[in-house]
Amino acid sequence: MITNTTTAHLTSEQIEEFGRELDSMREEVIDSRGERDRSYILRLIRIQRSLALAGRLWIFASLLFLPAWRSGLAGGAAFWGVLVAGVLMLALAKILENMEIGHNILHAQWDWMMDPDVQSSTWEWDHACPSDQWMHSHNVVHHTWTNVHGKDRDIGYGMLRVTDDQRWHPFYVLNPLNAVMMALFFEWFICLHDLELNKMVAGKKSFARVRRLLVGIWHKVLRQARKDFVLWPALGAVLALPLASVGAGPSPLAVLLIVMAANAAACIVRNVWTFVIIFCGHFPSGVHHFPREAVDGETRGGWYLRQLLGSCNIEGGPTFHVLSGNLSHQIEHHLFPDLPSNRYPELAPRVRALAVRYGLPYNTGSLTRQFGSTMANIVRLSLPLQGPAWMGASGTRRQRSI
Amino acid sequence: MPHHELSSPRPKGYRLLGPLGRMADRFAYPLRLSHYAELINPLWAAHRLQARVVEVWDETRDARTLTLKPGIGWRRHRAGQHVRVGLAVDGRQYTRTYTISSAPQRDDGCFTITVKSIRGGRISSHLAGKVRVGDHLAISLPQGIFFLPDAQPVLPLFVTAGSGVTPAMAMLRSLIAQERLPDTVHIHYAPHELDVIFGRELHNMASEHRRYRLEQVFTRQHGTGQQISGHFTGEQLARLCPDWTRREVYACGPPGLLAALEEHFREAGRARHLHVERFLADFTELPADAVGGDVRFARSGVHATADQKTPLLRVAEDAGLNPPHGCRMGICHSCDTRLLSGCVRDLRNGKVISETGSIVQPCVSAAAGNCELDL
Repeated sequence: MITNTTTAHLTSEQIEEFGRELDSMREEVIDSRGERDRSYILRLIRIQRSLALAGRLWIFASLLFLPAWRSGLAGGAAFWGVLVAGVLMLALAKILENMEIGHNILHAQWDWMMDPDVQSSTWEWDHACPSDQWMHSHNVVHHTWTNVHGKDRDIGYGMLRVTDDQRWHPFYVLNPLNAVMMALFFEWFICLHDLELNKMVAGKKSFARVRRLLVGIWHKVLRQARKDFVLWPALGAVLALPLASVGAGPSPLAVLLIVMAANAAACIVRNVWTFVIIFCGHFPSGVHHFPREAVDGETRGGWYLRQLLGSCNIEGGPTFHVLSGNLSHQIEHHLFPDLPSNRYPELAPRVRALAVRYGLPYNTGSLTRQFGSTMANIVRLSLPLQGPAWMGASGTRRQRSI
Repeated sequence: MPHHELSSPRPKGYRLLGPLGRMADRFAYPLRLSHYAELINPLWAAHRLQARVVEVWDETRDARTLTLKPGIGWRRHRAGQHVRVGLAVDGRQYTRTYTISSAPQRDDGCFTITVKSIRGGRISSHLAGKVRVGDHLAISLPQGIFFLPDAQPVLPLFVTAGSGVTPAMAMLRSLIAQERLPDTVHIHYAPHELDVIFGRELHNMASEHRRYRLEQVFTRQHGTGQQISGHFTGEQLARLCPDWTRREVYACGPPGLLAALEEHFREAGRARHLHVERFLADFTELPADAVGGDVRFARSGVHATADQKTPLLRVAEDAGLNPPHGCRMGICHSCDTRLLSGCVRDLRNGKVISETGSIVQPCVSAAAGNCELDL
């Protein structure tokens, strides 16, 4: 059970009452799910698919404005304008697919609709990580052991030092550089996350088990890469071929490379955006981390309490919330991971009021505050230094247990 | 993506544009080309079959005919077959089975289903009341074995009641469209003359086609709803159709009518000539000592408590699972699963299944003590 200055004023009976209040909020939402929620997600899926298609077509359309086409309209600015618009549309489609749609469907938030096309057991997302492996590393490991050291492998993703509780090691001098690398290639880090390669190196996990996962990853990664980096660029090159043969267009090779680069750019924009949102979830200053002993004999109320203390929200408007996959409501998401995400905004003020009533912190702030403090911590923690006073006693707080 | 039965209208590998589609699907991974075609027109989807409602027509005060334009994966039905229809009510998708009431010879590519709204039935009342022209419904391919032989001549006797007239209607329309209507007798039970589904059309058929004889039995009085005439009996049959022993009988209606017919034909030694289509699974009476038990759904790790009479499919759904399913009456085998341990009872015949590894149909089976299913 958790005790420290933050929660010391609550008796264990009060903590259970806190849990019961959250349970009844959950029941209320479950009982009121209906047509409104269904049309929300189905409409979003249609918008996302249209955006993906439009983005790819715009990337192709930009090629018509390449100077080499010798068209009257041709010009550098038109080419770049259309290309960037296409890249952003494709990136937006990937962001929506991975976050508000894929992430939440894979949390079984929409299984209640009994729609055979929108089920957590069959959905495959537009991401390098196979859905089933991600559901294990995320839904099972991370959501059960949120912020528990030695249990939750999302603390720094086995790569970064994000709290003082991780013992310093010379490797962490690379912390800022590693954070940038992770932001750019976040999709791939997540993809390899469930392998626990460090455990295999340490001899705690057999290669046979890793191999089984690798087969799934290979299957998925191959198809993902084939789509974005082979097929679409090749289609562009094939379309450019007849024109190039009469000396009218850019060379098919140039088209191939441009489409490839545009798709890569869309993936990277998506990677950076998801990195920013996800790193605001559990690492901003003021968030709580827990030692392994804290979860011994943890009750339902205690689990709710740990989720509240270990998660951080980001403030913003409705569009921002959708673009973040409603992970800007990380607290509500961690309390109720399987409720439809479109309900988090209406739950947020109620959860916040509940936290106030029980004298508990509710960590929320602007994107600048949450991401800024996370990054400041990552830089500071690259060296074995204690956090400055203005950041609190430590960048993040550790809970003691009895 | 693997899909539930309803969404795989064709055997695996069915793709838009044939073999070219396989390549096109790779551009759409992890989706398929069909998911994008669907954005333009839901009827172009190949990953799940849908139909657009193009017309609604009230047959009686509580029965409505929906004319449906099926998507490109459709295969023409045989008169008498049924189709599973999925629609969302309160955000949840449900599946029910309806007989196709139109003839396969329609040349606009559409088919019709005629839905009678059952009192307290949420899905039927939604279909018969709320669905509008332009809506899309999930459908399956036509299925079922209740149809007339193709070539072999038969003398049919149709015995139908209420909305059980639908398969007979499809058969009659089809025979007339092919101009091969044989000498036919049709005994139809309905509440009263103003409450007959297809009443006008049946009447017209009887006056236009010498070889079609319609015998209607009205069972209730207008307004009061009081019963004025008996249901099926052997003498009634002999009176309305004296040559019934020469005929192949096609019957569809409520369980009471079908049970009476089956008994009569068994006694007459003509059970082989009676063909029956049920629209409700006929559950037998449970023994007084039947008990439910704890059910474990092994694959999902979910536990539930079930009584002795609730179908296990329903128990699984109430426990938050969504197993693949279709007709919910033991016909289509979409929900078949394996019994891993314990006992279940087949509600249709009351037989207890306890052999580990048996295939059970959760939509028509209930717990008989504790059991474990591979769901």
